[in-house]
Amino acid sequence: MLFQPINRNYHDFSIVRDKDACINCKVCIRQCAYEAHYWDESRQKVMHDNAKCVGCHRCEALCPTSALLIQKKQSDFKDNALWKPEFIKYIYKQADTGGVLLTGMGSPVGNIPVYWDKLLLDASQVTNPSIDPLREPMELKTFLGAKPVKLEFTKTKDGSPKLKTKLSPNIELNYPLMFSAMSFGSINFNLHVAMARAATELGICYNTGEGGLHKTLYQYGKNTIVQVASGRFGVHRDFLNAGAGIEIKVGQGAKPGIGGHLPGEKINEMVSVTRMVPLGSDAISPAPHHDIYSIEDLHQLIFALKEASEYRVPVSVKIAAVHNVAAIASGIVRAGADIVAIDGMRGGTGAAPGMIRDNVGIPIELALAQVDQRLRDEGIRNRASIVAAGGIRCSADVVKAIALGADAVYFATAALLAVGCTLCGKCYTGKCPWGIATNDAKLAKRQNPDVAAKKMVNLVHAWGHEIEEMLGGMGLNSIESLRGNRDKLRAVGLSDTEMDILGVKHAGR
Amino acid sequence: MKAPERYYDFQKDISGCGVFGVIHKTRGLIPGDIPIRAMTCMHDRGNGLGGGFAAYGIYPDLADKYAFHLMCDTQAALDNAEEVIKHYFTVHLAEPIPTRKNLAIVDPPIVTRYFLTPKKDRPHEGRDLGEQDYVVSAVMHINHKVAGAFVFSSGKNMGAFKGVGFPEDIADFFRLEEYSAYIWTGHNRFPTNTPGWWGGAHPFTLLDWSIVHNGEISSYGINRRYLCEHGYLCTLMTDTEVVAYELDMLIRKHGLSKEMACKVFAPPFWDEIARMPKQEKEAYTALRMVYGQALLNGPFAILVADNTGLFGLNDRIKLRPLVVAEKDDMVFMSSEESSIREVQPELDRVWMPKAGEPVIVHLEA
Repeated sequence: MLFQPINRNYHDFSIVRDKDACINCKVCIRQCAYEAHYWDESRQKVMHDNAKCVGCHRCEALCPTSALLIQKKQSDFKDNALWKPEFIKYIYKQADTGGVLLTGMGSPVGNIPVYWDKLLLDASQVTNPSIDPLREPMELKTFLGAKPVKLEFTKTKDGSPKLKTKLSPNIELNYPLMFSAMSFGSINFNLHVAMARAATELGICYNTGEGGLHKTLYQYGKNTIVQVASGRFGVHRDFLNAGAGIEIKVGQGAKPGIGGHLPGEKINEMVSVTRMVPLGSDAISPAPHHDIYSIEDLHQLIFALKEASEYRVPVSVKIAAVHNVAAIASGIVRAGADIVAIDGMRGGTGAAPGMIRDNVGIPIELALAQVDQRLRDEGIRNRASIVAAGGIRCSADVVKAIALGADAVYFATAALLAVGCTLCGKCYTGKCPWGIATNDAKLAKRQNPDVAAKKMVNLVHAWGHEIEEMLGGMGLNSIESLRGNRDKLRAVGLSDTEMDILGVKHAGR
Repeated sequence: MKAPERYYDFQKDISGCGVFGVIHKTRGLIPGDIPIRAMTCMHDRGNGLGGGFAAYGIYPDLADKYAFHLMCDTQAALDNAEEVIKHYFTVHLAEPIPTRKNLAIVDPPIVTRYFLTPKKDRPHEGRDLGEQDYVVSAVMHINHKVAGAFVFSSGKNMGAFKGVGFPEDIADFFRLEEYSAYIWTGHNRFPTNTPGWWGGAHPFTLLDWSIVHNGEISSYGINRRYLCEHGYLCTLMTDTEVVAYELDMLIRKHGLSKEMACKVFAPPFWDEIARMPKQEKEAYTALRMVYGQALLNGPFAILVADNTGLFGLNDRIKLRPLVVAEKDDMVFMSSEESSIREVQPELDRVWMPKAGEPVIVHLEA
């Protein structure tokens, strides 16, 4: 094989097949969307091509005799602290294709600190009692939207209070959690149905993402945030009035500063109708909104959407966490947004250039802490809720985000993991073997909406219980007493500057 | 107001305590002996690191003047503070607060009182403020900028007396048996991590408000940041300060009633709100949405007095004791029934207020 490209040898995974166990049933061949397994006619047995394996573990999971093992390829490059293997492989790939390196899911790079892991929570001992959530009420209810600085009440004859102040619309959530934006098209209809049903059952919201909302999902509108992004896919009057909130997506943590590209292969009949784009054509979201070149333009769009929805729902603006995020967020609030969603650089994506994903933006923890503090310094924190997104992995991350100042968090990768995603990161191929990031009917049917909804509901229930336990341990029985309560956080191994930015003390202090 | 530099360096005080309060609804005068004996009965609820009293109606002859009680570490600090006072106010009377030496009180500060009215020709920086804001800003000025000086009482016809020691020793030091008042509150403190600072004892006061507090506010971190956003600087390292500033903001600035302020501190649970009639549901939902950051979460029993009355409140799952009793025109509130029985063995009615349900007693006009 003299002309075999060097790439062929430096693939990521090896398929190990136990010859004794394999019964040549061909399940692996049918399950693998990347054709790594194949039937060898001459040998009359199942064979495989390691170079095609993406490490999704679908075949391993479904092999009836457990004959398969997917492992990292053992062959190593010569150690080089500068030229880490991924850089070598990038160059081989780009030398082959001349293209931008495409990646899926959140950034895997290890040199950017995950501040969640450097923050520790408090608990009560002696001087105040911890509260047992199984015996005492424990409240997670959360409202997103603008609040007035103060309230006025009058008293009725029987002495009960009557509210005089008129409130702006708010989104009510039973948990401080929401399913983050994943557009219909980037993930398939079955999962949109699942998210809509799960959000409804839980009393939380899911975000449609930028691909519009399929007509059959309008019934879940009370638990839906509809998104308007730069491509304006599927945006029309009914869509804007279908949800409990409207979100303007300015940026995404995984790819700040650039737009999106849903390849034509993923645009089937249903996606085409919902997005209002031709069948099979690429759906390209421009990098900026071409009607927002400045903050005053955002102001106009916010109020255009409020007009279109007759001021019945709050308007959110989602931005990627970038260097001047606090100042930008302040501008967004002053421009009239009721919610600011901040997406950190570890956030997931269906497709993003690897260089952007791994190098642009800042971690959500720092951005969140600064935005919350800035809005307070300016006395406008009540005018908008803060939603943190981008790399929330577990309930402790949620608790820490809320203690830093978030009103609620968005999570998406965790929701996909709940339905079987293995983070192989090949979403952009449209061939997701787990039936998630694909619109191929054969693959998509691997997700049953009922089962998927149940898994998502279970995950949120589980996180809810854990959040309650942690709250109770801190002697709190309501989430609003944790919100922005940085006294409940301590840092381990962070510099003075980092602690200053996060507004937390070092552990031991 | 911008948060102070390194605001996260502030440390919360952690303490347990005993509280006592008594009010005579028709302004009959209650001798100082009553609260002193009641507090002495609850000696074990403190550890000698803080005791204090607040009394209302003690300066009837100067009832329209702001009565500033100052504690100063040195004569120089007092001189500096006096300069600030004269900058803002007309001084009608200045005198040392009468004290008596006793063995238990070690190294007391210089305590002085001033009876003041705001200057007719106010200094430039206070010209646009309302009278009460003007007084508050003068108090804040001294407390934050004059080293070694601290205003621990600033209301009209009322005064706080407090320091490091058991309440009975503090009472002896300030000769409180010589005073009579129509509202008394008392406090015995059991701090676990506090520096022995006289200003840190209770009652905590702001204008006419005085607060004694048994509890640890677990929501302190966010309460403080919330107040900071609204121009209050919390510097005393005690969570009681948070209660005082919140009361000031909610009642004086936002115009809420005492009842609603209490509901901010200890709001009904969401499942209770869900069962309320529509109008109340709306009111309490809004209250929790808007004032969630002011919720006092964690165990507490507080007694709050001002020139219109006294109220007591527990946290919403009643994690600290509070008992209320009535005898004729008098209402007693205390951590322990024994302390009430000590001073008033026969009572018309004794009850434990439910969690989060305020007991509000108004002075009759």
